Amino acid sequence: MAFQENRALGFFTDTSICIGCKACEVACKEWNQLEGNAPKFTADSFDNTGQLDAQNWRHVQFIEQIPDNSGMVVTPTPIAGGQAWLMMSDVCKHCKNASCLEVCPTNAIVRTEFDTVFIQKDVCNGCRNCISACPDGVIGFNEQQGVAQKCTLCYDRLQGGLTPACAKACPTESIKFGYVDELHTVADSRLAALQKQGYAKAQLYGRDAKVYGGLNAFFLLMDKPEVYKLPNADNAMLPSRNNLPGYIGGVATAVVGLVAGLLAFRNGRMNGNNANNSTNAH
Amino acid sequence: MPPAEHFVAPPQWEWWILAYFFFGGIAGGSYALGTLLRFAGDPRDESAARIAFIASFIALIPCPIFLTLDLGQPLRFWHMLVDASDGGLAFKYWSPMSVGSWALLVFGLFSLVSFVGAAAEVGWLRAASPVARALRGGAGLVWNAIGTAFGLFIGGYTGVLLAVSNQPVWSDGGLALGGMFLASALSGSAALLLLLARSRRDVDADTAVRLEAADRYFVILEAVLIALFLVTVGIAGTIDRVLGIWLVLWLVVLAGLAAPFAMARWDMARRWPPVAAPILALLGVLALRALVIFSAQT
Repeated sequence: MAFQENRALGFFTDTSICIGCKACEVACKEWNQLEGNAPKFTADSFDNTGQLDAQNWRHVQFIEQIPDNSGMVVTPTPIAGGQAWLMMSDVCKHCKNASCLEVCPTNAIVRTEFDTVFIQKDVCNGCRNCISACPDGVIGFNEQQGVAQKCTLCYDRLQGGLTPACAKACPTESIKFGYVDELHTVADSRLAALQKQGYAKAQLYGRDAKVYGGLNAFFLLMDKPEVYKLPNADNAMLPSRNNLPGYIGGVATAVVGLVAGLLAFRNGRMNGNNANNSTNAH
Repeated sequence: MPPAEHFVAPPQWEWWILAYFFFGGIAGGSYALGTLLRFAGDPRDESAARIAFIASFIALIPCPIFLTLDLGQPLRFWHMLVDASDGGLAFKYWSPMSVGSWALLVFGLFSLVSFVGAAAEVGWLRAASPVARALRGGAGLVWNAIGTAFGLFIGGYTGVLLAVSNQPVWSDGGLALGGMFLASALSGSAALLLLLARSRRDVDADTAVRLEAADRYFVILEAVLIALFLVTVGIAGTIDRVLGIWLVLWLVVLAGLAAPFAMARWDMARRWPPVAAPILALLGVLALRALVIFSAQT
């Protein structure tokens, strides 16, 4: 079944039911033929992927928030149930207002007919401006191919009417795929259910327009966004915010610099003329 | 105001970019100084103006090479100017890298023609004397004024390019970075011209004095903008990134800023070689760019 064009497709990742199995990472690598980085010990819980980059388009984060019971018998925490050990399958957010797409000088980064953000591998020249702009550290530089890479939301599968590999593989349906407007409804009801159960910190991230105009890959989080290394609404700013102040600062400096130069050289000219005049008078 | 939070990955802009920022700044700054010397200075400044235009073009030559070598796909350098998807022009006024690519191309034309004119005047390219004549008078003033606008842009847009990101330090110092790089480019160019002027007999001694005066103005401007940069980074809560091991480079920057004043005030020029202050200033220009580029990415 083909997907409707011009209707946003995306992910709703419900972190409250993520079990950290990393099936999404494996499925992503399998489908997209990503070799992956050499395994390494990160000393960070069960995480040996490290971060999203050119080889990891899905990354399962493990965030341990187990209360410090030093010197005491460890007792089960009363806030168990997805809050003491957070897990989250991170991915490109396919922002409505995408920082990477904004700064890309070659137009290699485009918005597809499914409203996803896609890097055209044959157009990218590897300038890495998108990496400097992406607020989530999603994009990585592929040293072998010399281009920037990130999650495509399985664009090739979407064109064939297939579900992205990660969502297909997720055993708990923590990663839900579909039309974004429909996913919003699912997310709203799930949040309401969790809040009813007493999970006060549960919140939707990217469901509304506060973060980059809304995210096509949005999340249900069990804590503040910054705990998951996601910029909160106050820090979610587009790179172009610095265009005007940056250029104003540059123009002001240019004007002051030119005036300073004129002063230095004009003064010299006048002094030179005065010296010439006094020489002539003698 | 809570400190800014950054979860970005570094773009790995390193040595090629540092080299481009340095040489691009010198190219743009030297062109501007050449124009000022030719049209605002004394007629005796003309030989220094010619040196400035020649230095500007020579400094500009490696810039596109550095930028191309930094690309992951160097043979696709032209994608900066032409949209490989549809064959149209690739120009995004809101992307400093896109604007800068075009500005570099246009400035290259201005710098080349001014170089040819200056080279004809010093006898390197006598066949190009008509160019030299055309660059005199009103037409030359217009040409140099437009070239100066592009040169100043090249000197400063690199700071804006860094600021238009989500990187720590760079995006935090967005207001000051462009101006700081430009002021630094002007002071570095003045230092380079002083260095070159002292190696040539045809440069008037008074011209060197005027260049020194201009250099001191530029250094004051640069110092003010460095202070503004540190304040903005401090407010954002990322100042610790530009301190620590980077203090060594800050010392070089400070030495470069202080050198023109120290030489003049304490008469150190008698004890030090006359090239010491300009060389220190140029090292300061390089160090400033290095610490801004690298500190944000480590």
